[in-house]
Amino acid sequence: MDSPVNWDKLPKVTGRPLEGITDHSNEDITRAVEDVDRRLHAIDPDGTVSGAFVERFMALGLTRRDFIKWSSMMTAALMLPPIFESRVARAAAVSSKLPVVWINLQDCDGNTESLLRTSDPGFASLILDTISLDYNETVMAAAGYQAMDRMNEVIAKHHGQYVAIFEGSVPLGNNGTFFTTGANAETGISLATRVASGAKMVMAAGTCSAFGGIPAAQPNPTGAKGVGDALNIPVVNISGCPANAVNLVGTILEVVMFNDNPALDRYGRPLWAYAHRIHDNCERRGHFDAGEYVLNWGDTAAQNEWCLFKMGCKGPYTYNNCPQVRWNQQVSWPIRAGHGCIGCAQPNFWDTMTPFEQPLGAKVYGSALGIGIDAAANTVGEVVVGAAAVGIAIHATATVIRDKTAPQWKNPPPQDTPPKPPVNS
Amino acid sequence: MSQLKRFTIDPITRIEGHLRIEVDLDPHNVVKDAYSSSGMFRGIELIMQDRDFHDVGLFAQRICGVCTFTHYRVGTEAVEAALQVQIPTVARIVRNLLHASLFLHDHVVHFYQLHGMDWFDVVAALRADPVKAAAEALKYSSTPYNAGAGTYRAVQQRVAALVSSGELGPFANGYWGNPSYKLTPEQDLIMLSHYLDALSVQRTLAQAMAVFGGKNPHPQSLVVGGVTSVMDIVDPSRVAEFLGKMESGVRFVQTGYVPDMRMVAEAYAQEARAGEGYGVPNFISYGAFPLDNIPWPKGAMLFPMGVFNRATGRVTSLDAEQIKEDVTRAWYQGPEHGVYPGTEATIPDYTGYEADGALNRSGKYSWIKAPRYDGMSTETGPLARLLIGRALHDPLMVNIMEDFEHSVPGGFSPDSWYSTVGRTAARALEADIIGSQVAGWVDELAQYVGQGETQTYAEPVNTSGEGFRLLDAPRGALGHWIRIDNSRVTHYQAVVPSTWNASPRDHKGQKGPYEAALVNTRLAIANQPLEVLRTVHSFDPCIACAVHIIDSKGAEVAHFQVDV
Repeated sequence: MDSPVNWDKLPKVTGRPLEGITDHSNEDITRAVEDVDRRLHAIDPDGTVSGAFVERFMALGLTRRDFIKWSSMMTAALMLPPIFESRVARAAAVSSKLPVVWINLQDCDGNTESLLRTSDPGFASLILDTISLDYNETVMAAAGYQAMDRMNEVIAKHHGQYVAIFEGSVPLGNNGTFFTTGANAETGISLATRVASGAKMVMAAGTCSAFGGIPAAQPNPTGAKGVGDALNIPVVNISGCPANAVNLVGTILEVVMFNDNPALDRYGRPLWAYAHRIHDNCERRGHFDAGEYVLNWGDTAAQNEWCLFKMGCKGPYTYNNCPQVRWNQQVSWPIRAGHGCIGCAQPNFWDTMTPFEQPLGAKVYGSALGIGIDAAANTVGEVVVGAAAVGIAIHATATVIRDKTAPQWKNPPPQDTPPKPPVNS
Repeated sequence: MSQLKRFTIDPITRIEGHLRIEVDLDPHNVVKDAYSSSGMFRGIELIMQDRDFHDVGLFAQRICGVCTFTHYRVGTEAVEAALQVQIPTVARIVRNLLHASLFLHDHVVHFYQLHGMDWFDVVAALRADPVKAAAEALKYSSTPYNAGAGTYRAVQQRVAALVSSGELGPFANGYWGNPSYKLTPEQDLIMLSHYLDALSVQRTLAQAMAVFGGKNPHPQSLVVGGVTSVMDIVDPSRVAEFLGKMESGVRFVQTGYVPDMRMVAEAYAQEARAGEGYGVPNFISYGAFPLDNIPWPKGAMLFPMGVFNRATGRVTSLDAEQIKEDVTRAWYQGPEHGVYPGTEATIPDYTGYEADGALNRSGKYSWIKAPRYDGMSTETGPLARLLIGRALHDPLMVNIMEDFEHSVPGGFSPDSWYSTVGRTAARALEADIIGSQVAGWVDELAQYVGQGETQTYAEPVNTSGEGFRLLDAPRGALGHWIRIDNSRVTHYQAVVPSTWNASPRDHKGQKGPYEAALVNTRLAIANQPLEVLRTVHSFDPCIACAVHIIDSKGAEVAHFQVDV
């Protein structure tokens, strides 16, 4: 917008607190708040951007209360102390200064659709007032040459300052020709390299761009890889099939408020969203601990919300915030819908979590266990095969952060011939 | 011929997936020839090989995140057909309700977010008089959706702020001011206002899907044999929540979408009468929304199936064996006359582009195959469903189409359906038809549950079998073919609606429906493909489904394919 921000020169924030994860004193929080305020002030010194934002927000018939509701929800999701609520609101306002380029590769548009479902401020607000979505093929007016011109213009004008978000995997097979775009039939890997090289930060929206996803499931016919892996660059992975809109928007806000190097887990995912295991925050957890399981779809146990572990729920192996933020403005989520988790935020879940309707522990996986499943899942599997006293063992490993910093995470090396998944018997 | 100028439009934006259109323009900017091509593959069908049949639906669903649910349902029902599983009535009703939320969501997002900017000019809307716009809205509906001078003024202020900042975001480089835009500034403003409203309506409709589906996109509550969301099904407050969300969507359809469609049909009446964007005379539908538990093809459906021909005006009954895929001009080898999808081998034959990146006009030029019905290039989608229903004298289709013909100011002639405008209007009316059924289906569900019929699942007994499921998705005829041996998938194929519509030429040289529809389109401004986009978008392209099986060396790796 009016005057561009130099994102590299903004004041840095030290010690971003993560409620429930980091150890921080009141003084640490006070210092972080001051740092964030300095940073937001540098982005929008005279407050015009945030002022106009609130005005437009209210012009929509929404109230300050709506906005506060949203910002407190987002603050909690970001694992920030409540004192940050007003900062989150202000960050949403000034993030219109952050140019965003969204590139679709080997994808299904599920993540774009997920972003469309974002709530107050909704997508309308997102594109009009919040972020500067300068390139997104699904919503942009221009096509063909006009679209390509737009992309080239944006990445040149905002070189080093824009966030590149990729959706979909990068096919490397057959010289990259499984994805071609533009009048010159440019390959996906060429396009991704070009766009990523000028980005201040690269985000992968969804499991395909984070870890390869379904195109990379065996036998990976097109040689598909996640963006970080294909380009050999650090990427902030917002995994999920699709990624939850809260996690996409929250990551952008985190970049605005803190910096472009958020605290990540060992799979390159922001800790605030992916630190906790689904199983540990699951509303059905009590039934698991009590040994009360659904044994067939739609049975009495299912009507009574018993645990879906024996129906193949992969909550014990999956790190994501679905139980807390749920889906579609908290309407539901897969476990509420009686199906169980399929582990869609984990690397290689199409191979390691299948068959989806069988508990992992019930099958001998051999080396497949090495792919993308963490030690905690291993433990669960063994214990479940063994017998009953599972609850405590799992709880102990629940919120262990495997690597607090790990900014340079890369995908695990591909297996030459991953084993075939077993079949339900 | 040397007078012709090649114009490549790649990427075609505001669609799902990756599509290229190449047209040849004469000196008057009239399209003399057109080619449709896609270049993105994932190979989901090969990935599906050897998998447990229970997982088929979740894998198939990832073919597309826009028609999310539709491949989930059809993949799951293909397994049920192969294993002869009869799902309980409650499960069928819930699947229809989920499908209804998808159709409404899809059609609304298509008309406003994907197609809208082909019809209305965002920048011109800023010049409109909000008071006049409020009066204008009353011409098309007695209770226009979210209309009023104050609302319209607020919309203008928001968008003006974006424009004055110089960063137009998604509106940048649009074709604003192109003389092919026919709405008045006030009408543009009504559309722009509903464009923004639609963004929240679609969120509500996605929430409706999440009530019984767990989430959206990519819901997660179907299993082979039924549905899992029994807690929500037996809970009256959840059923009411679903209905409430759907009804707010239906209200938008009835007081926003359909009236806007009348306004567009009036403004673009000349283009409609001239048949601009009409493609091929054949239309196919597999039917949608099964209304009883009788297995396909005998059961009743809300939208009947069949094949309609414009020249005869008659519907012939559908014969699945007449569906064949021709690969003469697609990057595969195969017999000249095409093969039935159930027995088809896929032999890739990638020949690439010309040196300058252009399509190879004399050879193969797309990864999309060319499905043909009885050898004919055939269109599918909402227009096909309505034409078939009307020709079969279904009162729902007959009444709504006649009503539209009379309620468009200045009239909408029966021939006008065969056009870009007609194709787009059919989608709006279809949303209205589906919307009118939802409350009844919810009542039906409540009655069954009230009588204690809460069975949502029937366990599969067989572990081997072969079968297919043909059922219409929002974009048209969708078929999945499967073979299962000892619980493992040994054969999978899907022929998807956009394959029919976006297909390349075939061995007879027949153009695909997009290609045929583009010929004779005139561009008002040579380098602005607005009119081409308008016609291509009217089919609602969904190209992610183009995922054929190729290994990294380009050799055949299996007899599996899913195309658009």
